[in-house]
Amino acid sequence: MVDDTRSIPHADLLEVRGLTKVFGQLKACDRIDLTIAKGEIHALLGENGAGKSTLVKMLFGSLEPAAGEIRWKGKPVRIASPGEARRLGIGMVFQHFSLFEALTAAENIALSLDRDTPIGDIAQRARQVSAAYGLPLDPGALVGDLSVGERQRIEIIRCLLQEPELIILDEPTSVLTPQEADKLFETLERLRGEGKSILYISHRLEEVKRMCDRATVLRHGKVVGHCDPRGETAASLARMMVGTEVLQVVRQAPEGGATREPVLEIRGLTRRPAGPFSVPLRGISLTVRAGEVIGVAGVAGNGQGEFFEAVSGEALQDDAGMVRIRGKDVGRTGISARRLLGAAFVPEERLGHGAVPTMTLSDNLLLSRYRTDAKAFLAAAGVVRSGVVAAASKRVVEAMDVRKSAENPEAAALSGGNLQKFIIGRELDRQPALMIVNQPTWGVDAGAAARIRQALIDLARAGSAVLVISQDLDELFEISDAIAVMHDGTMSPPLPRAEATYEKVGLLMGGAEPGHFEHAHAGAA
Amino acid sequence: MEILVAILLTVATAATPLLIAAIGELVVERSGVLNLGVEGMIIMGAVSGFIAGYVTGSPWLGLLAAIVVGALFSLLFGFMVLTLATNQVATGLSLTLLGLGLSGMIGAKFVGVPGPKLSNLYIPGLTDLPVVGRLVFGQDPVVYLSIALTFGVGWFLFRTRTGLTLRAIGDSHGSAHALGISVVGYRYLAVMFGGACSGLAGGYLSLVYTPQWTENMSAGRGWIALALVVFASWRPWRVLGGAYIFGAVWIGQLHAQAFGIPVPGQVLAAAPYAATILVLVLISRNKRLTMMNTPASLGQPFVPDR
Repeated sequence: MVDDTRSIPHADLLEVRGLTKVFGQLKACDRIDLTIAKGEIHALLGENGAGKSTLVKMLFGSLEPAAGEIRWKGKPVRIASPGEARRLGIGMVFQHFSLFEALTAAENIALSLDRDTPIGDIAQRARQVSAAYGLPLDPGALVGDLSVGERQRIEIIRCLLQEPELIILDEPTSVLTPQEADKLFETLERLRGEGKSILYISHRLEEVKRMCDRATVLRHGKVVGHCDPRGETAASLARMMVGTEVLQVVRQAPEGGATREPVLEIRGLTRRPAGPFSVPLRGISLTVRAGEVIGVAGVAGNGQGEFFEAVSGEALQDDAGMVRIRGKDVGRTGISARRLLGAAFVPEERLGHGAVPTMTLSDNLLLSRYRTDAKAFLAAAGVVRSGVVAAASKRVVEAMDVRKSAENPEAAALSGGNLQKFIIGRELDRQPALMIVNQPTWGVDAGAAARIRQALIDLARAGSAVLVISQDLDELFEISDAIAVMHDGTMSPPLPRAEATYEKVGLLMGGAEPGHFEHAHAGAA
Repeated sequence: MEILVAILLTVATAATPLLIAAIGELVVERSGVLNLGVEGMIIMGAVSGFIAGYVTGSPWLGLLAAIVVGALFSLLFGFMVLTLATNQVATGLSLTLLGLGLSGMIGAKFVGVPGPKLSNLYIPGLTDLPVVGRLVFGQDPVVYLSIALTFGVGWFLFRTRTGLTLRAIGDSHGSAHALGISVVGYRYLAVMFGGACSGLAGGYLSLVYTPQWTENMSAGRGWIALALVVFASWRPWRVLGGAYIFGAVWIGQLHAQAFGIPVPGQVLAAAPYAATILVLVLISRNKRLTMMNTPASLGQPFVPDR
């Protein structure tokens, strides 16, 4: 029999007891308990790999729990598929959007609704919901043409059309500008006002403190605490998530200013779109000087990937003078020639781009450095000096505190954070004059992220030029001496750290012209 | 005039097997699966269709057998690629090799035996009209069926909910799975539809085009059908156009050779391939439209996490 007496004062919509999921050796979720009341915004906090995504996938029916119980409105349920979750009244907005780029917004929405809904009606209903919640949307637009923020609106409208009682949002603000995030919070407040419950997954502590009524904190697949986030500080929440104090990144202002030698000079860099949905680069100019860290902010998909490919030499330029490294025109030369000039590159995608997944760490090190360190690593006739390579690999592992299970494991055997530490360490070990990193700490736990950020600052202070492309604004504000913003293939002039605020950078991310700040301030006041 | 009408009639018979096989493969590829076994499925349809037609004396039962055998043969591919998640290219190639070998063995006793032939349509009055009568109302029934099939597939893909789901799976199987769509289930049905079409194309060859069985009688049509799908940017009406251009140039060059035009035979024999590719490349110059119609998850194995 269901015991209802306990839940009378605070009707629990969802109750989870002892939910467990095992992948091979790893307990991704270990006896998770969680209750969500009607009309509350409940935060699910934890680092990458803490088990948040696995837990919500079980609640949404895309993964099957190994053990444990889910109760919906007091009754035990088995959620075998996303369709069943939707029938119960659970909707989900995915982190990596589950949208189809080649289809229109209306077609995307149609795919998640009941089959008997005529497609013609869907555009109409989508317009109604979009007007009611202040989420502008063009049902006929092709998703591939839309910005990330617009795509998220489609996901949310699609979810709302199913009239869910519980909405799961997985890291919704990680792809938004600060202003877009504010809009999202307004929508969520309204939904709470209508009595809907929200499970809000995030690692951004400030917004959790601002919005959420209760929080459940996960670490290594276990619940380590429930709390009221409004009664906590960001630091105390971070401690619960990480388990220890997080290393503070230290940054002093650089010396010398504009007199320092320019290492990377980009002049009028343009590039045609490589695919149907990729962004062209439109006349980007930027100088990175020795001793400084320049950050490049921007919402995902505004040309950052295309920019990185052009600067690293994965894609060549039409004109050799568009990219200069240490005074040499390199626009027509490839990645190895640019490396030989002292540049080092760390791409966004770790497996398959930054490292070959099935090769060992030392082989991966050799692959990226056999040209630049040919004297050390290669003997006559190109024979590999494996001892020297192994020693270099060991040096990197020690310098960056890479945790691994074997002496020289395959790259794919390392966790994301540890592999990223190795890849960054592999390039730092060369003491490059120019370091260009795309998304240095994406998917990396807080401890490793702090270590990577400190290493980048230290490299700059030792006299190198560092360019960091990131979608994480907190990270850029932590390490950069100036922040440039990419929007739709253009780049703003870098804002010196002293002048840069979240608001200014956010407006630039949303496409405002640099001269418009005074207006925005006047409007806000 | 009579000669011209006779030539034009053969254009449709040359185009029809390509059209049917290509339309089937188009549906398979729209679901995100690349089946390079079209040639093998055609030849299996040809041999089984001929045998069934010969034994029963009915070309219709022969065509039915070709469809069933084509679908069953594709099921083998489906099991490997969808359930066991094997490499689609390698599996498709082996299906072709298997089909060519197996059909030779099964059909060894039937080589050179005369089989039943499907007769052309005859509507008194209409078919007797000069010129257009035989062209429009005097083809064999499968020609009309193949055009209806093109129309039906176009309507299914772009006007029905199930067609939308199929295209969505081809665009991103990961997203489709996250929405609770049965990716593997849809793909099985698509693969079997493709197999049935290839089987029918094969049956057409051995029961209508040349009513007899010879080894390797598919003669590379499966590969042409595969190329047609790509060059037609996965759009049914373009496949129809491409198949008829190919058929027309094919028949044209046969007659040109017969008339003794002073051009090397090899150049003439290559002309249909070159002309088809040229025309389809020219009409696919809109890169954006082409990429939009290209199924983004084509050829990638899908393993749902559970």
